[in-house]
Amino acid sequence: MFDLFVLPFCIGVLALLVISVVKYWLWISKFDGRQRVVVLRNMLSWKFLPAVWEAVRESLLHWRITKHNVILGYMHRSLAFGWFLLIVVGAVQAILACPDGHPFYVAIFFNYFEPRSPKVVPFAQAPLYAALMDALLLYVLSGLFLAMFKKIWSKPLGMKKTTKHNLTDRVTKAALWSIFPLRLLAEGATSANYHNGGFLVSAVGDLFTAMGFENPVFEYQLWLFYSLALGIFFSLMPFSRYMHIFTEVFLIYFRNLGVTEGHKKTGYSMFEMSACSRCGICIDNCPINRELDISNIQGVYLLQTVRNKDLWHRAEAIANNCMVCGRCSEECPVGVDLATIRRQVRTESNRSVDNPHGYGYLAKVHPFNAIGRVAYFGGCMSRLTPGITEAMEKIFQAAGQPYWYVDKEQSICCGRPLLQQGFIRQADSLRRKNQEMFAQSGATLLVTSCPICYQSFVKEYNLNIPVMHHTEYIKSLIADGRIKVSKGAQSVTYHDPCELGRGCGIYEPPRTVLKSVATLLPIKEEAGKSLCCGFNLGNTTLGVEQQALIRNAALDNLLAPSPDVVATACPMCKKAFARADRAPVMDVAELVAKQLV
Amino acid sequence: MNKFGFNIATTRSINLDSANLSKSAALQELVPSYRYCIGCGACSATCSAASMTDFNIRQVHFKFSRGQYDGLVDELNKCMLCGKCVLVCPRGVNTRALIINMRKLLEE
Ligand code: SF4
Ligand code: SF4
Ligand code: SF4
Ligand code: SF4
Repeated sequence: MFDLFVLPFCIGVLALLVISVVKYWLWISKFDGRQRVVVLRNMLSWKFLPAVWEAVRESLLHWRITKHNVILGYMHRSLAFGWFLLIVVGAVQAILACPDGHPFYVAIFFNYFEPRSPKVVPFAQAPLYAALMDALLLYVLSGLFLAMFKKIWSKPLGMKKTTKHNLTDRVTKAALWSIFPLRLLAEGATSANYHNGGFLVSAVGDLFTAMGFENPVFEYQLWLFYSLALGIFFSLMPFSRYMHIFTEVFLIYFRNLGVTEGHKKTGYSMFEMSACSRCGICIDNCPINRELDISNIQGVYLLQTVRNKDLWHRAEAIANNCMVCGRCSEECPVGVDLATIRRQVRTESNRSVDNPHGYGYLAKVHPFNAIGRVAYFGGCMSRLTPGITEAMEKIFQAAGQPYWYVDKEQSICCGRPLLQQGFIRQADSLRRKNQEMFAQSGATLLVTSCPICYQSFVKEYNLNIPVMHHTEYIKSLIADGRIKVSKGAQSVTYHDPCELGRGCGIYEPPRTVLKSVATLLPIKEEAGKSLCCGFNLGNTTLGVEQQALIRNAALDNLLAPSPDVVATACPMCKKAFARADRAPVMDVAELVAKQLV
Repeated sequence: MNKFGFNIATTRSINLDSANLSKSAALQELVPSYRYCIGCGACSATCSAASMTDFNIRQVHFKFSRGQYDGLVDELNKCMLCGKCVLVCPRGVNTRALIINMRKLLEE
C-alpha cells in the first residue's frame, strides 16, 4: 500500500514533528529557575486533570471564543474539533479495514487505497464509517466556508477589525484552506471510478460523471494536490500562527501546574506568545482602537513583534502605547498574560536606567507607632482628590476606629507605576520601604483608597496584615453595624476602575455599598467590560487630547441612563472624569460619608 | 522649602549658541508635548518626591532644555514615577514620558 503521491504528506508530517520537538525542547530548557521548580513539583500531580479538561474545552471545543460570539465559536470548533474527529475516526476506520496493519498514511488517503489494495477488507460497519467520515468532512467544510465568509464580512462573526497577517501566515492559510476542498474532490474522483465513499463523496462522484467525466483520469493529480497541500501546511506550520494549535495545549498544561510569567522573557513566554492564534479579538476590545483608531499596538501585534527578533525596534513603541487596562486579556480566548509580556519589553528597554540609588531620602521617613490601629494609605493620587481622604477620615471617626493616615504628610509611592513601566529594581526598593513601615508600625489592617496601590499590596507585597480596598472596608463596616447609612434620593452609575475590577476582581463590594446609599443604575459596558478612564498610568505615549477621547467614551457609557452622580472607587478615575465637567463625580467613600447617620 | 516659583535656578548666563542642545532636541522629538511647557511649576508643587527631598522636576526639565545636563541623572533618579505631575500639568505635558526619556538620553 504505497504510492509516490503520499510523500509530500509524509515529509510534511516528519518536518512538523522534528521541528516541533526541537522548538518545544528549546523553550522548556529556557524556563527560569522558579518556573522549573513549579513544573517539577507539580508535573505528576492531580493538576494534570483540570489541564486535560481545559485543553479539550479550549483547544478543541473553543468554549471561550463561543462565549464571545456563537458563530465565530462554531467556525473555530468545526475546523479544530471536526478535523480532530476526521483524524480519529479515519484511524479507527483504517484499523478495522486493515486487520493486518497498515502504514500510518493509509488512514489519511483511505478512499484511494480502499478499492485498490487487497489488504483492505470490507467490514460490517463500513458504510456507516463512510457516512460518518463524509458528515465530518461536511462539518469541517462548513467551518471553512465561514472562515472565507469572515474574510469578506466579519461583522456577523462578532469582529470589526481582523488581524493583518504576514506572508508566511497567508501562505500557510492558503494551504490549510485548500486541504479540505481538495480532499472532497479527490475522494469524489475516486468515487466516480470505483463507486466508494459516503453520501457526500459519492454525490461529488456522480457530479463528475454527470459532467461527462466517466472515469476521471485526474483522480491521481487530485490526490497528489491533496497530499501537497497537507505537506506544505505541515511543514510551514511551525513557522506560522498555526503553531498555536499544539502550543496552546502545552500552555494550558503549564499554566495549570502553576507556572507564571516573570520579569524577564523566558521559554514560558515563548509558549504564551506562540499559543496566540492571532484571532484578533484583542483588537476590537481595546479602547485605543475603539476611540483613537490605533489598531497596531494590541496583544496580537505585541506578541508578533516580541516573538520575532527582527521586529524588536517596533516592540518598544508597541509595548509603551498601552494603558494596561486589561480589556484585551479579559476577552483573549487563549488567556495570554499580555500585561506581563508588555512589561517584559518595557523592562528590557529601561533596564539600563533602572537605578534604585536615588531613593536614599526615603530613610528619613519613619513609621508611626500605630499598634492596634488601621493603617490608611491614601495613595499619591488621593492627594489630588482630597474629598476622598476626607471622606475616609470621617468614616473612620464615625466607626470609632483609631487609624494611622500613613501618607498624610509624606507620600511614598507604592511602586506600581514604576513596575508598570518596567523599572523593576526601583519599584522593589519602594516596596521594601513601605513594607518595612507597615511592619514596624504594628498596624493590624491596611486600607487603601487607590486601586493601583491595592493591586500592588495584594500582588507584589509580602505583608503580614490583611489589605482591603476602602470599598471592601466600608462594606464590612456597614455589615457589622459599625456605621449607619441612609439611602439617599440620588441615582448613580458605577465606573469599575481597571486596576480594581479586572485587576483584582473587586466588582461586588462597591456595588453593595452603593446600593445602600443610593439607587444604582445598570450601564451597558460594566464589570469585566468596563471602559478605561483613559488617564491610567500604564501609558506614556498618548497625549491628553487622545486620553480625553477615551475618557469621553467611558463617560458616554456611564451617563447613558442619566444618573445624578457618576460614582467610582479610584482617585485617578475621579480626577479624569471630573476634568470633563459633564456630571458630578464622586467616590464611593464620599457618597457614604454624605449619607452617614 | 523647595525651589519652585521664581527661584528655579541661580543667576547664571548660558550661551545658547554654544550649549549642547542635541539631547533636548531629541527629547522634543520623543515627547512632542514637551514644547507646551510654560514653566508654571505646578508639577514641582505637587511632586511626591519633592515633599521629602529638594528634587525639583520643573528645574530639571528646564535645565535639560537649555543643555545643562550636569547632575540631572542623580536628580531624576529621585522621581517615583507616581504620575501626579502629569495630572496637574495645565498644559498637558507628558511629564512621566519626559522623565523616562531624559533618563535614557542622559545615559547615552
Ligand atoms: S492575544 Fe489573544 S485575543 Fe489577541 S489575537 Fe492572540 S489569542 Fe486572540
Ligand atoms: S491593555 Fe487596554 S489599552 Fe492595552 S492593548 Fe489591552 S485593551 Fe488596549
Ligand atoms: S506643570 Fe506642566 S507646564 Fe507647568 S512646569 Fe510642569 S510641565 Fe511645565
Ligand atoms: S512622577 Fe516623579 S516628578 Fe512627577 S510627581 Fe511623581 S515623583 Fe514627582
